[in-house]
Amino acid sequence: MSSAASSHARSRSRVGPLAESPASSLDIDALLDDPHTGIIVCCGSGGVGKTTTSAALALRAAERGRKVVVLTIDPARRLAQSMGIEALDNTPRPVVGVHPAGGGSLDAMMLDMKRTFDEVVESQATPEKARQILENPFYVALSSSFAGTQEYMAMEKLGQIHHDAQRDGSYDLIVVDTPPSRSALDFLDAPERLSSFLDGRFIRLLLAPAKGPARMMSAGFGLITNALTKILGAQVLRDMQTFVAAFDTLFGGFRQRAQKTFELLQADGTAFLVVAAPEPDALREAAYFVERLSEDDMPLAGLIVNRASPVPLGSLSADEAMAAATRLRKLDPESLTAGLLRLHADQSRMVDREARLRERFAAAHPEVPTAVVPALAGDVHDLDGLRRVGELLAGE
Amino acid sequence: MAVRHTMPPHGVAGPDMPGPRQEARHTLHYVSEQKHDWPRVRLHVVTGKGGTGKSTVAAALALALASHGKNVLLCEVEGRQGIARMFDVDPLPYEERRIATGLPGPDGSPGHVHALHIDPESALLEYLSMYYKLGRAGRALDRFGVVEFATTIAPGVRDVLLTGKVFEAVQRNSRNKKAIRYDAVVLDAPPTGRIAQFLNVNNELAGLARMGPIKSQADTVMTLFRSPRTAVHLTTVLEEMPVQETTDGIAELHRANLPVGGVVVNLVRPRDLDASDLEAAREGSLDRAAIRSDLKEARVEDDNGLVDGLVEEARDHAERRALEDDQRALVGELDVPTYELPRLAGGVDLGGLYELAAVLREQGMA
Repeated sequence: MSSAASSHARSRSRVGPLAESPASSLDIDALLDDPHTGIIVCCGSGGVGKTTTSAALALRAAERGRKVVVLTIDPARRLAQSMGIEALDNTPRPVVGVHPAGGGSLDAMMLDMKRTFDEVVESQATPEKARQILENPFYVALSSSFAGTQEYMAMEKLGQIHHDAQRDGSYDLIVVDTPPSRSALDFLDAPERLSSFLDGRFIRLLLAPAKGPARMMSAGFGLITNALTKILGAQVLRDMQTFVAAFDTLFGGFRQRAQKTFELLQADGTAFLVVAAPEPDALREAAYFVERLSEDDMPLAGLIVNRASPVPLGSLSADEAMAAATRLRKLDPESLTAGLLRLHADQSRMVDREARLRERFAAAHPEVPTAVVPALAGDVHDLDGLRRVGELLAGE
Repeated sequence: MAVRHTMPPHGVAGPDMPGPRQEARHTLHYVSEQKHDWPRVRLHVVTGKGGTGKSTVAAALALALASHGKNVLLCEVEGRQGIARMFDVDPLPYEERRIATGLPGPDGSPGHVHALHIDPESALLEYLSMYYKLGRAGRALDRFGVVEFATTIAPGVRDVLLTGKVFEAVQRNSRNKKAIRYDAVVLDAPPTGRIAQFLNVNNELAGLARMGPIKSQADTVMTLFRSPRTAVHLTTVLEEMPVQETTDGIAELHRANLPVGGVVVNLVRPRDLDASDLEAAREGSLDRAAIRSDLKEARVEDDNGLVDGLVEEARDHAERRALEDDQRALVGELDVPTYELPRLAGGVDLGGLYELAAVLREQGMA
């Protein structure tokens, strides 16, 4: 990847255990500045700071001259307010307060999953049919809480924005935040899962009565409708059939779109960033993501480890510090220095543990460049905070 | 018995090491073995925002409840196999397994923690065979993809199946002779953002099934969830977003008439400095000369700017403590019992779980 960031040359040396990590370091600015980078997808488990990372990357890219739109899922209220996207209207809005020096720009939007789904239905069906679908209780359930719908809709919206941006040149970089999936699978599998589900055997069975009485005669179907009526009640079965029949004509469209989005994600201009915290669960999810992405030929740019504990100065080990604290407490139970030494020991243990976890990850995935972002004291709720995160991401 | 609890000082203070100074905030509340804050609760639902450690808290609570020969069932419903990892056992099947000995009571007698990994497909098949004797039809349903359909398209149906199994474990009676009867069930539940929706199954189902057997099943389950035999505990950390989400979650549970339990504040920083030292650390007015002479007395060599490092660490720590205190005040306004668990610097292994269980019991949660 060519570095357009040479004007921003700076030292990337790190001190302490961070420097010992076998993984190469991830050059964020080179990624953001590369004109070939058209889409950045941030993925990872919940609670690792994906939304903040996405917003910070988008802001940094915009202030380095890119025309950026960031698609967020569920930002903290104050962060959303400061970006001017607290209203859910499913349309990107310009973010006020971005430094325009480099000629870049930043728009942001918050994904309204149900609205996006409705829009797809409306664009694919006649008004009469669309209304029929939108009012069906199964559609309501599917569009608001189907496991994977949110993931699928994030990808759908990405496809739309990308398509529009190609057409009118509105953006040259799209940054996507992904929903906090229960499992890493949800997000990559959602398009495939939704379409295969809609193509499933049972759906075809449900459609059968509409298509000819012959199928109804099959013994299997009788058995099943009886069982379902017993469990769910006859009304549920009728709603289900209405829904499936109404949705039938849209199946092809959905599958096609899912396929296109998948190809877009595999394309060279896309970069996946896996976001994690230095915790066993988050890193296990991250490892899983990395493996899945490579299995599916998705372009992985690197790993971002957020919330890293700050590395303590000095070379005093945790055990030495604890021993010294004990000696001091014997002399003076109220000793301030003993308290400081205990804090130092605690900090060192955290840092050691985190470094060990990252080393394990790196040993299993040595090819993944990594950026480590130290934990900030407070939450980020304004552009200055995002700028600071951006600097930390870039290793400044 | 809504008492506010404080957490014991950081780490384990040995007899030769007096505990660190601590701000006198609340009186520590000691409780005897039988008397804890939730004597009537049979079902403990533990939720929390991602990254706050709700599974850890659920596991520690199960260990804490399992004393005096009591049997506790720890359930997970999100397919993560988190229990197996925490307790270092093989991945769990859809079957109750005894996985650990509980935290012994004052008389030294422990109980047992059993675990169950509930997945919707198995729960549906079991439900069909239990209530409808649908042996053959059940398998046919599976073959035709109905099970997958029912458990994916209708999240309401999936949640009824998951919660229905939990309900069965709580309500288990003598009819089922082979099964263990549990004194308490702890559910490692979906995250705070989804908890009210998850537990409020009949509401979720209302749009799909207005009547019929699955609806009456949902109604029965709801009767337990809304009763005083259930408590929904929320795990948080002392940061802005998780605390906000906890506040919102409690409001949502109230709206859904679901019983709010306690708030477990997890990953609390050590408290090795008192209020005046913290202030001095923030202002940068710690006495460096005194620290240097203390270090000398403790025979620690001050190389590589150790004093600067300690002062810098103290400032960073003091800043975070101040932010924690702001959030702790907000948690205090929630008007529910609160419990605090320390952040274990080395991470939470099985031994760590027992340590946390002891802290929960000491504070009266179990």
